[in-house]
This record gives sequence, C-alpha cells and structure tokens, in this order.
Amino acid sequence: MSVLLACRGLSVRFGGLVALDALDLEVRQGAILGLIGPNGSGKTTFFNVITGVYSAAAGEARFGGEDLTRLAPQRIYAAGITRTFQRSRLALPLSIFDNVMIGNHRLLDHRLWFNLFRRAALKRQLEENLEKARALVAAFSKRLAGRMFDAVGAFSMIDRRRIEICRALVSEPRLLLLDEPSAGMTHEETRELMEDMLAVRARLPGLTLVIIEHEMNVIERITERCVVLNYGRKISEGAYAEIARDPQVQEAYLGKE
Amino acid sequence: MKPASFLPGLAGIAATAAYGAFFLHAESQAEVLGLVALAGAGVAALARLGWSERVRESLAEHPARSRAATAVALAAILALFCREHFPMLMLASVLLYTVACLGLTVQFGYAGVVNFAGAAFFGIGAYTSAVLGAHLWHPLVVLAGGAMAALVGSLLILPVLRTRGHYAALVTVAFGLLFRTFVEVNDALGGPQGLQIKGMNLFGWDFNSGIRIGDTEISFYTNYAVLALGLAALAFAVVRRLERSWVGLNLDAVRLDETASAVFGIDAARWKILAFTLGNFIAGVAGSVYGMMNGFVAPNSFTFGDSLILVSILILGGLGNPWGVALAASIVVVLPEKLQALQEYRLLFYAVLVIAILLFRPDGLLPRRAREYLPGWKPR
Repeated sequence: MSVLLACRGLSVRFGGLVALDALDLEVRQGAILGLIGPNGSGKTTFFNVITGVYSAAAGEARFGGEDLTRLAPQRIYAAGITRTFQRSRLALPLSIFDNVMIGNHRLLDHRLWFNLFRRAALKRQLEENLEKARALVAAFSKRLAGRMFDAVGAFSMIDRRRIEICRALVSEPRLLLLDEPSAGMTHEETRELMEDMLAVRARLPGLTLVIIEHEMNVIERITERCVVLNYGRKISEGAYAEIARDPQVQEAYLGKE
Repeated sequence: MKPASFLPGLAGIAATAAYGAFFLHAESQAEVLGLVALAGAGVAALARLGWSERVRESLAEHPARSRAATAVALAAILALFCREHFPMLMLASVLLYTVACLGLTVQFGYAGVVNFAGAAFFGIGAYTSAVLGAHLWHPLVVLAGGAMAALVGSLLILPVLRTRGHYAALVTVAFGLLFRTFVEVNDALGGPQGLQIKGMNLFGWDFNSGIRIGDTEISFYTNYAVLALGLAALAFAVVRRLERSWVGLNLDAVRLDETASAVFGIDAARWKILAFTLGNFIAGVAGSVYGMMNGFVAPNSFTFGDSLILVSILILGGLGNPWGVALAASIVVVLPEKLQALQEYRLLFYAVLVIAILLFRPDGLLPRRAREYLPGWKPR
C-alpha cells in the first residue's frame, strides 16, 4: 500500500523547548497507526503541526503531493485531514446538527448571495445535509440521531466525543486524527466508543487513522502498528506486541530500575 | 406534537401594542411609574404561568401571520399618534436605534467582534448626510452613509483581526475616541458646533413638513417613523436570514472557537471582515436617516458613552436576538424620556440596568434561541 503521510525531520520548538525533535514517521494508506508515549512526549504537538495549528521549525510532512508544514489549517482540511481534540472542542451552545455541519464546511455553499436570497436552494441543501448528518450520527447512536437540534452542551462526555468524531468524519476525510478519544471516560464507555469507531470504519475502507491513546487495550485491539514518542523523539516503532517488549518503551513509561 | 394555535401569539402582539400605546400616551409621572410596575409584575406572572412560552411557540409556528399581525399593530400605533410630534419622534428613534443595534448584533452577537465605537459609525452616517444631503438623491445619500461607515471601518479591520478579545475591544474604543476628536477639530465638518442637515426628500415629498388631511395635521415625524419602520423591517430580514444560513453558522463557529473552526476550513478573517463591514454599513444607514430627522449633527452626540448605550442595548435585549434588540431599544430610548426623574441620571440608569441584567438574567431579556434555519423547520 502507498504512503499517505510521510514526515521527515519534523521539529517543533517553543522557545528553548523542543516539543518535537526531528521526527520521521510514515502512515500508509488505509492503516490504523497508534501514537503513544508518556505525557508531554509530543503526541498532541504532532497533531497540531500536521493540522496547521502550530508551525514547524524544521522538516516536512508530505501528504499527497503537498508539504503540510507550508499550508494554513483551512487548506489542510480541504486536502482531507480532520481531527478531534483531547479536550472536546465542540461549539457547546450549538445543536448537534450545527456542530456536524461545521465539519462539513468543505461541501457547503458559503456565498453571501446564495445564503441570503436563494432560500429555496438553501432549503434543499439543508435537507440533504440533515439526512446525511442524521445517518452518520445514527451509526454511533440512534438516540443522538433523534435529538439533532438539541444544544451539544446538554450531552454527556461520551456523547460529545461521538459528536466530535461525527464532525470529523462528515466531510469524508482521507486521514482522521483522534486525540485520546477515551480521555475522561470509563472503561465501559471507551469500549463502546471503539466498537462504534470500528463499525464506522468498516463502512469507510479508504479511511486512514492515527490515534493517540493511553488505554493500552484500545491500542492493542485496534491498531496495526504503533509509534512511541518520548521527549519529542521516536523511541520505538512496530506492532503493539513488539513495542510492549521494547526495554526503551518500558523505561519511558516506568522509569529505570 | 399538536401545532400551537395562533391565538396566544395574537394576544401577545395585541397586548404588547396596547401597552406601548398606553405608555406613549401616559403623561403624568404616576401613570408612567404605574405602567413600569405593571410591566414588571405582568411579565413575571406570565412567565410563572408558562404563558410567555406559549406565546413564543405560537409566534414561532406562524411566522407569516405574526408578521402580518405585527404590521397591523404598528399601523394602529401610527394611526393613533400620527398627529403628535413626541410619540412619533420616540417611535422613529427606537426603530433607528434598533437598526443600528442590529448591525452591532451581526458583529458582536454572531461573529464575536466587539465594537465599542458603534456611535462613531452611526455618526459617520449622519455626517455623510450633512455633507452630501444637498448634492445627491437622498436614497443614495443614505446608502452612501452606510458605505462610508463600512469604508472607514475597513481601516480598523487589520488591527481588529490581529488582536483578540479585550485587545480588539480596546482598538474600537480608541477609534471611537479618535472619531470624536477628529470631527471636533475638523472645520470642514463644522467643528464642535457641527453641521446642519437637510431633511429627507423623496420625489418632492418633503419629510420635514407635516401632511394635512382635511382638518388634521399629521406630524412630520410620522414620515420618519414610517421610513424607519421600513428600514427596520429590511435590516431585520437581512440579519435573520444571515443567522439562519451557513454564513450564520460560520460566524457562530468563529466566535465560539477560532482554532477549532480553522481546523475545519473556516477562515475566521473572512467572516470577521464580512460581519464587521456589514454591521458598520447597517449602523451607518441608520445614522444617516437619524441625522436627517434631527436636522443637525454634532460631535457631542457620538461620544464613547453613546457607544456604550448601543452595546448595553445588545446585552439587555439578549445577545444575538433581533427581537431582544427591539425590546431593549424601546426601554433604553423611551423610559428616560418619559420618566423625568431619570433624565438627569440617564447614564446611571443604563449602568444599573446592565449590572442588574448581568447579575440576574445574564442571557438578556429575550435570550437567543437555537438556530432554526427555516421558520418552523425542525424535523425530528
């Protein structure tokens, strides 16, 4: 399979702190890659630089023909990369439908004239997109799909995460970055969410996933390959069974004996 | 769910109109105070009984009928008071303040761009009327007033985009102060004395002279009230449609989380520029007509305090709700005129009002509701 994302020497610095240190990383088309490492090892920084939130100090990140480090976040989204956030960043006063539609930006008509004066055409666009959003949300939860116009702030943590994943999936991205989907949830909820994720992914075979996770059983179950970071550097790479045995990884997590 | 009947909505509109008429009619301080107390008690009681919710639902479900009933109610008020100067001046002022605040709603309520120079943009419209009024067809003058406000506002776009939150607010505060000083020292614009403005003239219809029908003489302010009503309806429709569209969704997304929206392709700069420019245009149009109605314009009418009044109307009414703007504008404009005790302490009154609202009802008198893209479009 071809390589979808290829990073070479990718570095991010904040003043004197090196958050990401010359990272080389490849994600193959259709793969599920786990990204693990202790707190502060640069995992979320990696997502932020890939999505254009931070700028890179050095190196490149090739996605298709383009170097992501040179693109604005908006262009990166248009190229087909979406993400979720570690601490859910939904628009809480807005409805489920509104939040999912924020993720659908690429496929909507934003011209002022159209929105103000072509109301019949806008209505058709609204109806089509409501069906689409409802079908997507229903894949995660029938209950949520029945409450598309309720404010997101009224829902529990797990429901918000589901909505956030829907927001990231609705534009049919090529690469989805999940930043610790189990954060703040119980084991049972995490398991549920992962079942939903796998079910949705089965319907979207082309989707490539990078997932940051601290729950090792999630990583073990759903990823094919893992990259371990520590202090911004890659210290190990391979299938979960391999990296779990790697003495460097054990040292990073548990310290030296 | 059974569709709500239109009766509660109709009753709500009728009661509001009747109350407005009594209020405009009230002369003695005792009457005015009594009416204020009645409104407070009445609104509290209706909310307690759940009737205000029924009225709201009924109005939301019958948008066309609500519009028609509102038009009839306003026509009745116009017919009742068209001979008197004062009520018509009040009505026109409320409506023009409403228009200006609808512009600020697009900026502050939707895109989250705070504008503490609202009065300055209102003033730019009025000054445009003063300068161009003698030379240009008046509808064009009004459009030019909006365009000038938008154009001058574009000078501010760069600093507003480069700063966020409090700092962006400070940029607008500075601009408001700058504007006032600029017109005060500028002799071409009349300096501190200001300029005269010609009244509105449309196809020979002179807005500044009363109309005589038989024995009754209609106040010339009625002309302006009707014009202001038209403008308010137009601004209302534009702002409503804007909110209920993908553009409105983008504005909300930018306000609520700029970083998250950027990750989903939303270009915050584009939408802030649109909201800021459109908002200033609307405020400028309102100011232009307001200037023509007043007959003169002077720097003292567009101080920082006046900008604060516009912002307090937004907060009082409920940020982002056009109906809230109309209600709050009525309270803020009419109440101090009617209660002479308040006249001297106007600014104090506004300050107390805003503090009370922020303490007891932080979402405003009429909080903004969830977006309903099309009237009644809420398929389950």
